[in-house]
Amino acid sequence: MEHPKTAISFENVYKSFGTQAVLQGLDLEIPSGQITTILGPSGCGKSVTLKHVIGIEQADSGRVEVVGHDMSNVRQRDLITLRKRIGVLFQSSALFDSMTVKENVAFGLRMHTKMPEAEIAERVHVCLDAVKLAGTEERMPVELSGGMRKRAALARAIAMSPDFILYDEPTTGLDPNTSNVVGDYILKLQNELDITSVVVTHDMPLTRRVSDKVALLFNGKAVVQGRLDDIESSQNEVFQLFVDGRLG
Amino acid sequence: MTRLFASIGANLAVFFIMVFDMFRYLVQCVHEIRHLYLYRHQVLLQCYAVGVGSLPLVCLISAFSGMAVAIQMAYQMESYVPDYMVGSIVVRSVVLVLSPILIGLVLAGRVGAGIASELGTMKVSEQVDALTSMAVDPVGYLMLPRILAGLTKIPVLVIFSSFVSIMTGFGMSVIKMDITVTDFIKGMKLDFMVYDIFVGLIKSTVYGGVLTFVGAYMGLQTQGGAQGVGQSATSAVVVSSALILILDYFLTLALLY
Repeated sequence: MEHPKTAISFENVYKSFGTQAVLQGLDLEIPSGQITTILGPSGCGKSVTLKHVIGIEQADSGRVEVVGHDMSNVRQRDLITLRKRIGVLFQSSALFDSMTVKENVAFGLRMHTKMPEAEIAERVHVCLDAVKLAGTEERMPVELSGGMRKRAALARAIAMSPDFILYDEPTTGLDPNTSNVVGDYILKLQNELDITSVVVTHDMPLTRRVSDKVALLFNGKAVVQGRLDDIESSQNEVFQLFVDGRLG
Repeated sequence: MTRLFASIGANLAVFFIMVFDMFRYLVQCVHEIRHLYLYRHQVLLQCYAVGVGSLPLVCLISAFSGMAVAIQMAYQMESYVPDYMVGSIVVRSVVLVLSPILIGLVLAGRVGAGIASELGTMKVSEQVDALTSMAVDPVGYLMLPRILAGLTKIPVLVIFSSFVSIMTGFGMSVIKMDITVTDFIKGMKLDFMVYDIFVGLIKSTVYGGVLTFVGAYMGLQTQGGAQGVGQSATSAVVVSSALILILDYFLTLALLY
């Protein structure tokens, strides 16, 4: 079987905020065309890891490479091009609260393309339809439930037809049913769009449903990574402690 | 003693880091002007919010301050100068000092704090990160339009303010203090200089830029949650008010002497 190409890689990455060391020699490879789930207890640096991928955070040392670009010295023009290829679902959804759902989903298209308004409206409709939110175009984010906000943010993330989607805690704060629905969409988008997905979570049921590859972050390092079946069958002690809720 | 020096040193370091950071943001803002076409809708929205949104408040405070100035001038000068001088003093003090400073300080509270809390809320709710992740520069999209609105709309508000203050000062002088219309107008014309309007506009343009820039900067620096947003709004008002008063001294010195 052919090994998938690496899309994103972290090599010996260190990152601190003041005196707090978050990443302490992180080595991680994210294959293209698959769903990689980054697991770990709260505060272990999962979201910071994602922010390195889009260049919001810079590594103190080590190398972060995204489709061949070294993120520590990527040119501004390349960084902008790269960001246009990445859709991000933020933990808090991060919908622009001064805009309607439609304006949120259309935002990237209006800023980066010369698409006519009719085409933008059509694209917005398709994206909202894909996450079962058709009909909410004129509503403000504050009028949506938590699950609907996540789905609207997902529609915004896919509007620019990205090659990558980064999900930061996609099911946090959602009830089990809505979490399942979000999991369905992650799988659906992966199958339909043939993209590279990175899911940051501590939700084990979601991890079991969607992951092709899993990495467990602890103490700023990926202590274990590989296929979930392989990790579970290896009886890895740290992973078992995490699954049992006793890690940290 | 060592602890005192260490504390002063640490505070000075924080101050200089902030000044350097502000300068960096300012340079980035100037750099983003080349993409102004992309931000045109934001510029229009902010111009409306700063200009039209502030107009009722500006008119209200200008009306009362104009009347207060007229009363004070008539009271202070009644034994020393002829009545018509009240008109002259009201016009010059309103155009040169009162309107620019008063509107600057009031809008530091209304506009500056509003910008800081709006952008602060966007920062803590990851909306600023969302902009960055969508390849849109937050400085260009959020900060630049607000600064442009401040630079262009606050001078217009100061013109409105000056007009309203002079009219209410005129009304008060005529109705309450028995100064004749002819005397007031004679005083207004006596040593009116177009240069005074220019000075008032220069001052208000600078204050408009300062209060919107400081508000946006403080907003984008927000950390934490609701408390951080509150701190940013407070800092925006304190820093921009202090800067307006300090700059007023230097601008007055540079433009009038």
